[in-house]
Amino acid sequence: MPEVAIQATGITKWFGEGEARTQALRSVSLEAAFGEILYIVGPSGSGKTTLLSVLSGILRPDSGSVSVEDSEIWNLGHDALADFRLHKIGFVFQDYHLFPRLSTAENVAVPLILRRKPWSQAMTQAQKYLEVVGLKGRAELPPVKLSGGEQQRVAIARAIAGEPDILIMDEPTASLDGDTGRTIVQFVKEKFLTEKRFILIVTHDPRINEFATRILHMEDGRITGSENGGTE
Amino acid sequence: MNGILKLAYKLLVNDKAKFTALLVGITFAVFLIIQMTAMFAGTMKRASATVLNLGALVWVMDPAVQTVANTIGMPDYVLDAVRSMQGVSYAVPIYSGGALLKLADGTYQAATVIGLDDATLFGRPQLIQGKIEDIYGENAFIVVKDPEFRKLQNPGIGSEFQVNDHRGVIVGLATVPSSGLFGVPTLYTTYQRALQYLPNPRFTVSYVLVEPRSPANIPNIKRQVQAIGYLAVTRDEFVDRITNFYVYQTGMGTNLLIMTAMSFIVGLSISGQTFYTFVLENLDKFGALKAMGMKSRELIFMILFQTSFTALTGYGLGIGMCALLIRLARLKLPDYAALITYWNLSIAFSLVVVIAAVSSYFGLRKVLRIEPFEIFRG
Repeated sequence: MPEVAIQATGITKWFGEGEARTQALRSVSLEAAFGEILYIVGPSGSGKTTLLSVLSGILRPDSGSVSVEDSEIWNLGHDALADFRLHKIGFVFQDYHLFPRLSTAENVAVPLILRRKPWSQAMTQAQKYLEVVGLKGRAELPPVKLSGGEQQRVAIARAIAGEPDILIMDEPTASLDGDTGRTIVQFVKEKFLTEKRFILIVTHDPRINEFATRILHMEDGRITGSENGGTE
Repeated sequence: MNGILKLAYKLLVNDKAKFTALLVGITFAVFLIIQMTAMFAGTMKRASATVLNLGALVWVMDPAVQTVANTIGMPDYVLDAVRSMQGVSYAVPIYSGGALLKLADGTYQAATVIGLDDATLFGRPQLIQGKIEDIYGENAFIVVKDPEFRKLQNPGIGSEFQVNDHRGVIVGLATVPSSGLFGVPTLYTTYQRALQYLPNPRFTVSYVLVEPRSPANIPNIKRQVQAIGYLAVTRDEFVDRITNFYVYQTGMGTNLLIMTAMSFIVGLSISGQTFYTFVLENLDKFGALKAMGMKSRELIFMILFQTSFTALTGYGLGIGMCALLIRLARLKLPDYAALITYWNLSIAFSLVVVIAAVSSYFGLRKVLRIEPFEIFRG
């Protein structure tokens, strides 16, 4: 039986006040295991990103609990929560959020530097991960000199350079063409996923469904369905 | 933390346009602040040149004297009275006045003449040519070789001139710690010759220079001098008195304040706004750093480092530019009165710290408010 990576129970989240108050998550519960690639899919405004933020320790829910590896993350203090994100989770943001003024290698080294690794060690490790994502010769270039797919791979290298247990990807194929998108997700699966790791992807791109272990459908702040993915 | 500092450094300096704008703002502000205050310090030092050059510990003068240049003659009995006061080791008269010299080619040149006590020559300058005892020779004057020296047509020993229809002869060239404020050459002679050669009012003692038996006697000497209707001040008090005159009774203080304030505002506006724009442009990146696990105090540290680094670099460049300008100015104007002191460096540093603090404050306010969740929402 695979170990539980994330368990969320009864998550609710409201935004706004007064008449503008809306409920983004309505008592959402889910469980995911290590070794899985879990997709959360649904239309815009369905609550995918809110759920992703709550699960990754970024957005505090109004009620409910989230435990990662049996620890309740929302009981953690501010600094402990930051440490949790730093050590347990790797993020690939939809817009990558690479630093345009840093070189590609320096971008990849950022989470390592945040973990207080000496600069030279962080850079060596970053080079290694750039090699892993196939960008060995691009280490000194600024991200703006790279193509969209290459920038995505830099973002992935940055997310996995700290060797987190959980990789969270927000719309990883949104700005890529179909083939590149598929290649990227396949690549992440091959390079990152093990029995001790878990990948959570928020997407509404059905072209990459074949790589999912499980797909949760969200609508109007609720999980409305679940199906097995192509790699169940 | 070193890695985070290096990261902050690279994020800052790799944005060359903004970093340059930040540096230009702070450098320009520091340059103006230091230049203004250096001009003031230089002018004040010049204004107190006679006080500094003569080196007496205590000065006795008419209470109406505001600067060393506007002397008010005192009767001779003041000198006698001071000499008889308790705690006085010795006291000598000094003459300080202006003279119009007729040079060898018939042109006229204004000069300051200092008449030293005949018996002691107290306050004499350091000679670089000639012998001090030659000052007792007939018509003898010693000229100070400072930037104003050339106005006397670079005289040598034996050069002659006329002063008030008396013949004057240069018997020595001297150096002093500070040149005067008014851009005229300085001549030293004996007290008696100064009285004899120059037109004088009824009372002729410009100042009485006092050497107390010990510094502890100074308050008592001051009281005794006050009792006879005159004023005794220490050297430092006299320098302060002169400075206060220029600061509060002329427009110099106000102008200095206005220029310093304007420089500060210019620096603050350019740097504050540029740094704020820098933060705004990188706001999503700071949010991403927060999402990745950077703590708020690390972000604060990063931003403070960036502003401090820019401020200190700009401060150094501003000082360097100011020093270079003074150096260049002195190639053309040897008498250029600007003096960089610890005082004006400290003022500029304090204002730069304020610029950095204000810039950091607005940047930090924005960065600390950014929610990592916003990064996911795009």
